[in-house]
Amino acid sequence: MRGYLWFVGKRLLQLLAVIFCGISATFIVTHLSPIDPVEQVLGRLSGRSNLPPAAIEATRQALTEMYGTNEPILQQYINFWLRLVRGDLGPSLLAFPTPAMELVWRAMPWTLGLLVTSTLFTFIIGNLMGALAGYNPNNRFFKAFGIFSMSIQPIPYYIVAFILLIVFAYFIPIFPASGGFAMDVRPGLTWPFISSVLQHAVLPGVSLVLVGFGGWFLGMRALVSNVVTEDYVTYAELAGVDKKTIVGGYVIRNATLPQLTALAMALGGVFSGTVITEQVFNYPGIGTLLIDAVNWGDYSLVLAVSTVSITAVAAAIFIVDLLYPLLDPRVRAE
Amino acid sequence: MFSVLRDLIRYNIEFAIGLVLVTIVVIFAALSLFSPVDPTLIYMAPPDQPPSMQYWFGTNSRGQDLFWQLSAAFRNSLIFGITVAVISRVISIAIGLASGYIGGWVDRVLMFINDIFVAIPIFPILVLFYFVLRNDLDSFRLALIMACFGWPFDARLIRSVALGLKHREFTRHAVFAGMSTRKVLLEEHLPYVMPIVFSTFMNNMLWSIGLEVTLAVLGFTNLNNPTIGTVLYWANSHSAMVVGIWWWLAIPVVLIIMTFLGLFLLAISMNEYIDPRSRLRRMGA
Repeated sequence: MRGYLWFVGKRLLQLLAVIFCGISATFIVTHLSPIDPVEQVLGRLSGRSNLPPAAIEATRQALTEMYGTNEPILQQYINFWLRLVRGDLGPSLLAFPTPAMELVWRAMPWTLGLLVTSTLFTFIIGNLMGALAGYNPNNRFFKAFGIFSMSIQPIPYYIVAFILLIVFAYFIPIFPASGGFAMDVRPGLTWPFISSVLQHAVLPGVSLVLVGFGGWFLGMRALVSNVVTEDYVTYAELAGVDKKTIVGGYVIRNATLPQLTALAMALGGVFSGTVITEQVFNYPGIGTLLIDAVNWGDYSLVLAVSTVSITAVAAAIFIVDLLYPLLDPRVRAE
Repeated sequence: MFSVLRDLIRYNIEFAIGLVLVTIVVIFAALSLFSPVDPTLIYMAPPDQPPSMQYWFGTNSRGQDLFWQLSAAFRNSLIFGITVAVISRVISIAIGLASGYIGGWVDRVLMFINDIFVAIPIFPILVLFYFVLRNDLDSFRLALIMACFGWPFDARLIRSVALGLKHREFTRHAVFAGMSTRKVLLEEHLPYVMPIVFSTFMNNMLWSIGLEVTLAVLGFTNLNNPTIGTVLYWANSHSAMVVGIWWWLAIPVVLIIMTFLGLFLLAISMNEYIDPRSRLRRMGA
């Protein structure tokens, strides 16, 4: 138990370091930028109405104060962290004066819902199929399946998503092409809304599963075909242990451990996947928010999205890391 | 070297297919050196022509001959992938070997940094760089930035090999003969990790080209520079599929799948070759 606590402590330190470095990097990169948020907001505001020069000057004063851009960079950096701890990253430009963080929280459930479901689904099905394929290397069905997933795996995600969209939304229009839910239903806990959300999530979800699947399948198949040649499996087979027990208890259990590390890595890559998914299917999540923010030069919103995504990914990896020693006695012993 | 290649082609169907696919794509990309038109110029040919004898791959809505356009795009993307792979390989070799061989606190510090790089999500960071640099973000700078993020997994792999090499007889001999650390690493240990470097090279190219496609499709790179990603971006922004200019998307998609499948097959077959157990199984020994 003490060993585990020590392990948790070390990981926690690492998590904090990752978050600290990542967010500091975001701060530094955005502050090297020639884009001045104050001028951006002013540009947007004066574009809409004819403000007298005095009013513009007053607004500039107020905005400079709010963003704190007149202070030395170190002070800005400290202020940035102080505000961040309170969950405040300044008002967004896109929807001035809504706080950037509020926009992020509003987009979050969409992204999380889509990603968590599809990642878990992909992980479980891919590993299960991979394990069966590895245990029955001469089965025709699994062989064909292996070739299929091997040829789909290296294709860039964008291409797969786009082909799906073309086929199932234009040529055979059985699924909606874009959005998170139909325009004619009101959001709420009603059946029309929920079914609409599910319907809109099918294509993006399937695209994520298709792309993620191959990696798990191929990885698990390789791992299992290695485990199967181990002496203890042969021994169990000779001793007449039930086949289900061998596959479930001995083979899958031992082969799943390296896959868990891979899960942490996959979670790290999830964010880049979701941006494309949301772009292709016009899904109202974090990815769409980020793209809009970059295209509009929305400084606070870019900062908010990157901060949240870095923190979320680092936290997800941390949690997977914590689970690992509970399952693997060798790591626990260290 | 040649006998290795011959063995691979004979016993490893994946390697043979991968080699053929990659060779075709490389030849196609190399043709751009003889291109009669500047691929960055637009309206040099009648727009929206389907594939014909004169325009083999047709022309796009921007009045570009797609054959030469794609040829240049694939050359740029391949060079981009190779640049990222070479730079990040150098970093991963240096850190992996040093960390594994020297050990102690050097190892701990390097691996701590390594873990941070593993966990930092690269995509938002790249978008951030685009946000800040905008038009100054040329291909080479993007390659440099990606290379800075593309090394940590492979550094760990190399480190694990170096840990094993450290306790082998020949390392001790070299140390007792008075070889400096740098010399031990470069002359004694480097040859042992070269196979890993080659196979991760392909994987790294796949990763970087894929990421470039992702960024470009969203419009987050220099869009005037023809690459695999920007070709798709322009096709998409002219709604090529919806207005029925299918060749603008279909041809690049086929070529992209060939490239990625080829590199992927090369990478996995080399991985298998490095693992002697599976190599023996395949040769039927």
